[in-house]
Amino acid sequence: MGPGSLCAAKFLTAYGAVGIFCEVSVVRPFRPRRHEPPTLHERAMEHLRFIRETMERASSFTAVPGWGLVLVGLTALPVSLLSGRLSSRESRLALWLAEAVVALLLAGWAMDRKARRLGVPMLSGPGQKFALGFAPPLAAGAVLTAVLYRAGLEGLLPGTWLLLYGVAVVAGGTFSAPAVPLMGALFMGLGAGAFLGPPAWGNLFLAAGFGGLHIVFGVLIARRYGG
Amino acid sequence: MARQPALSHGRGRKSRPAQAERAADLAPHSLDRLIHERTRLGIVSALAVADSLTFSDLKKLLRTSDGNLSVHARKLEEAHYVSCTKYFDGRQPKTSYRLTIAGRRALERYLDHMEALIRATRER
Repeated sequence: MGPGSLCAAKFLTAYGAVGIFCEVSVVRPFRPRRHEPPTLHERAMEHLRFIRETMERASSFTAVPGWGLVLVGLTALPVSLLSGRLSSRESRLALWLAEAVVALLLAGWAMDRKARRLGVPMLSGPGQKFALGFAPPLAAGAVLTAVLYRAGLEGLLPGTWLLLYGVAVVAGGTFSAPAVPLMGALFMGLGAGAFLGPPAWGNLFLAAGFGGLHIVFGVLIARRYGG
Repeated sequence: MARQPALSHGRGRKSRPAQAERAADLAPHSLDRLIHERTRLGIVSALAVADSLTFSDLKKLLRTSDGNLSVHARKLEEAHYVSCTKYFDGRQPKTSYRLTIAGRRALERYLDHMEALIRATRER
Protein backbone atom coordinates (compact mmCIF):
# COMPACT_ATOMS: atom_id res chain seq x y z
CA MET A 1 0.00 0.00 0.00
CA GLY A 2 1.48 3.34 -1.07
CA PRO A 3 1.34 6.57 0.96
CA GLY A 4 -1.48 7.98 -1.21
CA SER A 5 -3.80 5.03 -0.74
CA LEU A 6 -3.06 4.92 3.03
CA CYS A 7 -4.14 8.56 3.28
CA ALA A 8 -7.34 7.86 1.38
CA ALA A 9 -8.11 4.82 3.49
CA LYS A 10 -7.57 6.53 6.84
CA PHE A 11 -8.92 10.02 6.33
CA LEU A 12 -10.63 10.44 2.99
CA THR A 13 -13.26 7.81 3.21
CA ALA A 14 -15.58 9.64 0.78
CA TYR A 15 -12.78 10.35 -1.70
CA GLY A 16 -14.86 11.23 -4.74
CA ALA A 17 -17.23 13.65 -3.02
CA VAL A 18 -14.64 15.98 -1.46
CA GLY A 19 -13.34 18.64 -3.76
CA ILE A 20 -10.15 19.55 -1.95
CA PHE A 21 -8.00 18.46 -4.84
CA CYS A 22 -9.54 21.02 -7.21
CA GLU A 23 -7.06 23.15 -9.07
CA VAL A 24 -5.84 26.26 -7.27
CA SER A 25 -5.64 29.37 -9.43
CA VAL A 26 -2.23 30.80 -10.19
CA VAL A 27 -1.22 33.71 -7.95
CA ARG A 28 -0.12 36.67 -10.01
CA PRO A 29 1.62 39.72 -8.52
CA PHE A 30 -0.11 43.10 -8.91
CA ARG A 31 2.66 44.46 -11.05
CA PRO A 32 5.22 42.50 -13.03
CA ARG A 33 8.11 41.61 -10.81
CA ARG A 34 11.42 43.11 -11.78
CA HIS A 35 14.25 40.74 -11.39
CA GLU A 36 17.00 43.15 -12.26
CA PRO A 37 17.64 46.65 -10.91
CA PRO A 38 17.33 49.44 -13.50
CA THR A 39 20.43 49.80 -15.61
CA LEU A 40 22.48 52.99 -15.86
CA HIS A 41 21.01 53.57 -19.28
CA GLU A 42 17.45 53.34 -17.95
CA ARG A 43 18.25 55.64 -15.05
CA ALA A 44 19.76 58.20 -17.39
CA MET A 45 16.70 58.03 -19.64
CA GLU A 46 14.45 58.47 -16.62
CA HIS A 47 16.39 61.53 -15.48
CA LEU A 48 16.25 63.09 -18.91
CA ARG A 49 12.49 62.43 -19.05
CA PHE A 50 12.06 64.12 -15.67
CA ILE A 51 14.06 67.15 -16.81
CA ARG A 52 12.01 67.45 -20.00
CA GLU A 53 8.68 67.13 -18.19
CA THR A 54 9.69 69.69 -15.56
CA MET A 55 10.78 72.11 -18.27
CA GLU A 56 7.51 71.63 -20.14
CA ARG A 57 5.49 72.29 -17.00
CA ALA A 58 7.56 75.35 -16.11
CA SER A 59 7.16 76.89 -19.56
CA SER A 60 3.45 76.17 -19.89
CA PHE A 61 2.57 79.55 -18.42
CA THR A 62 1.39 81.87 -21.14
CA ALA A 63 1.41 85.63 -20.89
CA VAL A 64 -1.31 85.67 -23.55
CA PRO A 65 -4.51 86.79 -21.83
CA GLY A 66 -7.44 84.52 -22.67
CA TRP A 67 -10.24 86.91 -21.70
CA GLY A 68 -8.39 89.72 -23.44
CA LEU A 69 -8.47 87.70 -26.67
CA VAL A 70 -12.21 87.14 -26.22
CA LEU A 71 -12.69 90.92 -25.94
CA VAL A 72 -10.58 91.47 -29.05
CA GLY A 73 -12.67 88.89 -30.90
CA LEU A 74 -15.89 90.54 -29.78
CA THR A 75 -14.76 93.90 -31.14
CA ALA A 76 -13.57 92.36 -34.44
CA LEU A 77 -16.93 90.80 -35.29
CA PRO A 78 -18.96 94.07 -35.56
CA VAL A 79 -16.04 95.72 -37.35
CA SER A 80 -16.05 93.04 -40.04
CA LEU A 81 -19.82 93.40 -40.45
CA LEU A 82 -19.56 97.18 -40.69
CA SER A 83 -16.61 97.02 -43.05
CA GLY A 84 -18.63 94.91 -45.49
CA ARG A 85 -21.19 97.71 -45.76
CA LEU A 86 -18.72 100.52 -46.38
CA SER A 87 -18.18 101.46 -49.99
CA SER A 88 -14.97 103.49 -49.91
CA ARG A 89 -11.66 101.71 -49.53
CA GLU A 90 -10.25 104.51 -47.37
CA SER A 91 -12.97 104.15 -44.75
CA ARG A 92 -12.62 100.35 -44.75
CA LEU A 93 -8.90 100.59 -44.13
CA ALA A 94 -9.36 103.29 -41.49
CA LEU A 95 -11.94 101.13 -39.70
CA TRP A 96 -9.64 98.10 -39.61
CA LEU A 97 -6.66 100.19 -38.52
CA ALA A 98 -8.74 101.64 -35.69
CA GLU A 99 -9.74 98.08 -34.75
CA ALA A 100 -6.06 97.06 -34.73
CA VAL A 101 -5.23 99.90 -32.33
CA VAL A 102 -8.18 99.04 -30.06
CA ALA A 103 -7.20 95.34 -30.14
CA LEU A 104 -3.58 96.08 -29.22
CA LEU A 105 -4.65 98.33 -26.35
CA LEU A 106 -7.14 95.75 -25.08
CA ALA A 107 -4.62 92.92 -25.35
CA GLY A 108 -1.91 94.97 -23.61
CA TRP A 109 -4.25 95.93 -20.79
CA ALA A 110 -5.44 92.33 -20.34
CA MET A 111 -1.86 91.00 -20.46
CA ASP A 112 -0.77 93.46 -17.78
CA ARG A 113 -3.78 92.51 -15.65
CA LYS A 114 -3.07 88.80 -15.98
CA ALA A 115 0.62 89.25 -15.20
CA ARG A 116 -0.20 91.31 -12.10
CA ARG A 117 -2.78 88.80 -10.89
CA LEU A 118 -0.39 85.85 -11.28
CA GLY A 119 2.54 87.77 -9.82
CA VAL A 120 4.63 87.44 -12.99
CA PRO A 121 6.53 90.48 -14.25
CA MET A 122 5.12 91.31 -17.71
CA LEU A 123 8.30 92.68 -19.24
CA SER A 124 10.50 89.77 -18.29
CA GLY A 125 10.12 86.05 -18.74
CA PRO A 126 7.20 84.76 -20.82
CA GLY A 127 5.81 88.23 -21.64
CA GLN A 128 9.12 89.45 -22.98
CA LYS A 129 9.67 86.30 -25.02
CA PHE A 130 6.20 86.67 -26.52
CA ALA A 131 6.71 90.34 -27.39
CA LEU A 132 10.09 89.70 -29.04
CA GLY A 133 8.60 87.10 -31.37
CA PHE A 134 5.32 88.92 -31.91
CA ALA A 135 6.51 92.42 -32.87
CA PRO A 136 8.63 91.86 -36.05
CA PRO A 137 5.91 90.17 -38.19
CA LEU A 138 3.43 92.87 -37.08
CA ALA A 139 5.87 95.56 -38.18
CA ALA A 140 6.24 93.77 -41.53
CA GLY A 141 2.45 93.69 -41.77
CA ALA A 142 2.25 97.44 -41.23
CA VAL A 143 4.78 98.08 -44.02
CA LEU A 144 3.02 95.68 -46.42
CA THR A 145 -0.34 97.31 -45.65
CA ALA A 146 1.01 100.67 -46.79
CA VAL A 147 2.64 99.16 -49.88
CA LEU A 148 -0.41 97.16 -50.98
CA TYR A 149 -2.78 100.04 -50.32
CA ARG A 150 -0.68 102.42 -52.41
CA ALA A 151 -0.50 99.88 -55.22
CA GLY A 152 -4.30 99.57 -55.17
CA LEU A 153 -4.10 95.93 -54.10
CA GLU A 154 -6.27 96.21 -51.00
CA GLY A 155 -7.94 92.93 -51.99
CA LEU A 156 -4.75 91.25 -50.75
CA LEU A 157 -4.90 92.95 -47.34
CA PRO A 158 -7.09 90.38 -45.50
CA GLY A 159 -4.78 87.52 -46.50
CA THR A 160 -1.66 89.54 -45.61
CA TRP A 161 -3.03 90.56 -42.22
CA LEU A 162 -4.18 87.07 -41.28
CA LEU A 163 -0.99 85.42 -42.50
CA LEU A 164 1.39 87.84 -40.79
CA TYR A 165 -0.65 87.95 -37.59
CA GLY A 166 -0.51 84.14 -37.61
CA VAL A 167 3.27 84.25 -38.06
CA ALA A 168 3.51 86.75 -35.19
CA VAL A 169 1.46 84.53 -32.88
CA VAL A 170 3.41 81.38 -33.82
CA ALA A 171 6.75 83.17 -33.32
CA GLY A 172 5.68 84.78 -30.05
CA GLY A 173 4.07 81.62 -28.77
CA THR A 174 6.95 79.26 -29.51
CA PHE A 175 7.86 79.07 -25.81
CA SER A 176 4.31 79.56 -24.63
CA ALA A 177 1.41 77.20 -24.00
CA PRO A 178 0.73 74.88 -26.97
CA ALA A 179 -2.65 76.54 -27.65
CA VAL A 180 -0.94 79.81 -28.66
CA PRO A 181 1.17 78.56 -31.60
CA LEU A 182 -1.77 76.40 -32.67
CA MET A 183 -3.95 79.50 -32.87
CA GLY A 184 -1.20 81.20 -34.90
CA ALA A 185 -1.05 78.28 -37.31
CA LEU A 186 -4.81 78.46 -37.84
CA PHE A 187 -4.52 82.20 -38.56
CA MET A 188 -1.88 81.38 -41.16
CA GLY A 189 -4.23 78.80 -42.70
CA LEU A 190 -7.01 81.38 -42.88
CA GLY A 191 -4.57 83.85 -44.46
CA ALA A 192 -3.70 81.34 -47.14
CA GLY A 193 -7.42 80.71 -47.64
CA ALA A 194 -8.06 84.45 -48.03
CA PHE A 195 -5.39 84.64 -50.76
CA LEU A 196 -6.87 81.67 -52.60
CA GLY A 197 -10.54 82.65 -52.18
CA PRO A 198 -12.38 85.42 -54.03
CA PRO A 199 -11.62 89.00 -52.82
CA ALA A 200 -15.27 89.45 -51.83
CA TRP A 201 -14.77 86.90 -49.05
CA GLY A 202 -12.03 88.97 -47.42
CA ASN A 203 -14.28 90.26 -44.67
CA LEU A 204 -15.57 86.79 -43.98
CA PHE A 205 -12.04 85.50 -43.47
CA LEU A 206 -11.22 88.47 -41.23
CA ALA A 207 -14.33 87.81 -39.15
CA ALA A 208 -13.48 84.10 -38.87
CA GLY A 209 -9.90 84.87 -37.83
CA PHE A 210 -9.88 88.03 -35.74
CA GLY A 211 -13.39 87.34 -34.43
CA GLY A 212 -13.92 83.56 -34.30
CA LEU A 213 -10.41 82.25 -33.58
CA HIS A 214 -9.78 84.91 -30.93
CA ILE A 215 -12.99 84.05 -29.09
CA VAL A 216 -12.52 80.26 -29.28
CA PHE A 217 -8.84 80.26 -28.27
CA GLY A 218 -9.41 83.06 -25.76
CA VAL A 219 -11.90 80.90 -23.87
CA LEU A 220 -9.57 77.90 -24.11
CA ILE A 221 -6.53 79.82 -22.83
CA ALA A 222 -8.55 81.52 -20.08
CA ARG A 223 -9.84 78.20 -18.80
CA ARG A 224 -6.61 76.24 -19.02
CA TYR A 225 -3.93 78.82 -18.31
CA GLY A 226 -5.23 81.03 -15.57
CA GLY A 227 -7.21 83.77 -17.30
CA MET B 1 29.22 34.05 -2.93
CA ALA B 2 29.73 37.32 -4.69
CA ARG B 3 28.40 37.49 -8.20
CA GLN B 4 31.17 37.77 -10.73
CA PRO B 5 30.74 39.99 -13.74
CA ALA B 6 30.27 38.07 -16.92
CA LEU B 7 33.32 38.08 -19.12
CA SER B 8 33.16 37.79 -22.85
CA HIS B 9 35.59 35.53 -24.56
CA GLY B 10 34.63 36.00 -28.19
CA ARG B 11 36.88 38.07 -30.40
CA GLY B 12 34.13 40.29 -31.82
CA ARG B 13 32.78 41.18 -28.40
CA LYS B 14 36.08 42.17 -26.94
CA SER B 15 35.19 45.83 -26.53
CA ARG B 16 31.93 45.23 -24.64
CA PRO B 17 33.20 45.12 -21.07
CA ALA B 18 35.41 48.11 -21.72
CA GLN B 19 32.43 50.15 -22.91
CA ALA B 20 30.29 49.00 -20.04
CA GLU B 21 33.02 49.97 -17.61
CA ARG B 22 33.36 53.32 -19.30
CA ALA B 23 29.60 53.88 -18.93
CA ALA B 24 29.70 52.83 -15.31
CA ASP B 25 32.75 54.95 -14.63
CA LEU B 26 30.99 58.01 -15.92
CA ALA B 27 28.41 57.82 -13.16
CA PRO B 28 30.19 58.09 -9.85
CA HIS B 29 33.12 60.34 -10.70
CA SER B 30 32.02 63.30 -12.76
CA LEU B 31 28.33 63.35 -11.88
CA ASP B 32 27.27 66.56 -10.21
CA ARG B 33 25.73 65.21 -7.03
CA LEU B 34 24.33 68.59 -6.20
CA ILE B 35 21.82 68.59 -9.01
CA HIS B 36 21.48 64.83 -9.25
CA GLU B 37 18.99 64.92 -6.38
CA ARG B 38 15.42 64.92 -7.70
CA THR B 39 14.10 68.15 -6.17
CA ARG B 40 17.24 70.11 -6.94
CA LEU B 41 17.26 68.79 -10.51
CA GLY B 42 13.62 69.91 -10.79
CA ILE B 43 14.44 73.40 -9.52
CA VAL B 44 17.33 73.82 -11.93
CA SER B 45 15.36 72.39 -14.89
CA ALA B 46 12.37 74.65 -14.23
CA LEU B 47 14.55 77.74 -13.89
CA ALA B 48 16.35 76.87 -17.13
CA VAL B 49 13.20 77.64 -19.13
CA ALA B 50 11.56 80.26 -16.94
CA ASP B 51 13.43 83.48 -16.42
CA SER B 52 12.58 83.53 -12.73
CA LEU B 53 10.14 81.61 -10.57
CA THR B 54 8.78 82.39 -7.15
CA PHE B 55 8.94 80.00 -4.23
CA SER B 56 5.23 79.22 -4.57
CA ASP B 57 5.57 78.63 -8.34
CA LEU B 58 8.32 76.11 -7.70
CA LYS B 59 6.37 74.49 -4.91
CA LYS B 60 3.36 73.98 -7.18
CA LEU B 61 5.50 72.87 -10.06
CA LEU B 62 7.50 70.28 -8.14
CA ARG B 63 4.61 69.27 -5.87
CA THR B 64 6.76 69.41 -2.77
CA SER B 65 6.53 70.82 0.73
CA ASP B 66 7.74 74.23 1.90
CA GLY B 67 10.46 72.72 4.08
CA ASN B 68 11.78 70.37 1.44
CA LEU B 69 11.89 73.04 -1.25
CA SER B 70 13.48 75.52 1.12
CA VAL B 71 16.29 73.14 2.07
CA HIS B 72 17.10 72.18 -1.51
CA ALA B 73 16.87 75.74 -2.79
CA ARG B 74 19.27 76.82 -0.05
CA LYS B 75 21.80 74.17 -1.13
CA LEU B 76 21.62 75.38 -4.72
CA GLU B 77 21.97 78.95 -3.55
CA GLU B 78 25.04 78.10 -1.47
CA ALA B 79 26.60 76.49 -4.53
CA HIS B 80 25.81 79.68 -6.51
CA TYR B 81 23.67 77.68 -8.93
CA VAL B 82 20.62 79.85 -8.27
CA SER B 83 20.25 83.39 -7.05
CA CYS B 84 17.51 84.36 -4.69
CA THR B 85 15.72 87.69 -4.43
CA LYS B 86 13.38 88.62 -1.62
CA TYR B 87 10.87 91.39 -2.18
CA PHE B 88 7.47 92.64 -1.16
CA ASP B 89 4.49 92.41 -3.48
CA GLY B 90 2.25 94.90 -1.70
CA ARG B 91 2.41 93.61 1.85
CA GLN B 92 3.19 90.05 0.89
CA PRO B 93 6.82 88.93 1.12
CA LYS B 94 7.96 86.94 -1.89
CA THR B 95 11.06 85.01 -2.83
CA SER B 96 12.03 84.55 -6.44
CA TYR B 97 14.76 82.35 -7.84
CA ARG B 98 16.81 82.73 -10.95
CA LEU B 99 19.33 80.34 -12.52
CA THR B 100 22.89 81.67 -12.51
CA ILE B 101 25.42 81.09 -15.27
CA ALA B 102 27.13 78.50 -13.07
CA GLY B 103 23.79 76.74 -12.58
CA ARG B 104 23.07 76.71 -16.30
CA ARG B 105 26.51 75.28 -17.01
CA ALA B 106 26.00 72.64 -14.33
CA LEU B 107 22.71 71.60 -15.94
CA GLU B 108 24.35 71.46 -19.36
CA ARG B 109 27.15 69.31 -17.96
CA TYR B 110 24.59 67.06 -16.31
CA LEU B 111 22.62 66.69 -19.55
CA ASP B 112 25.84 65.92 -21.46
CA HIS B 113 26.68 63.35 -18.85
CA MET B 114 23.31 61.62 -19.12
CA GLU B 115 23.52 61.62 -22.91
CA ALA B 116 27.04 60.18 -22.76
CA LEU B 117 25.78 57.40 -20.49
CA ILE B 118 22.98 56.56 -22.90
CA ARG B 119 25.32 56.67 -25.89
CA ALA B 120 27.87 54.46 -24.19
CA THR B 121 25.33 51.82 -23.27
CA ARG B 122 23.71 51.91 -26.73
CA GLU B 123 27.06 51.32 -28.39
CA ARG B 124 27.45 48.05 -26.51
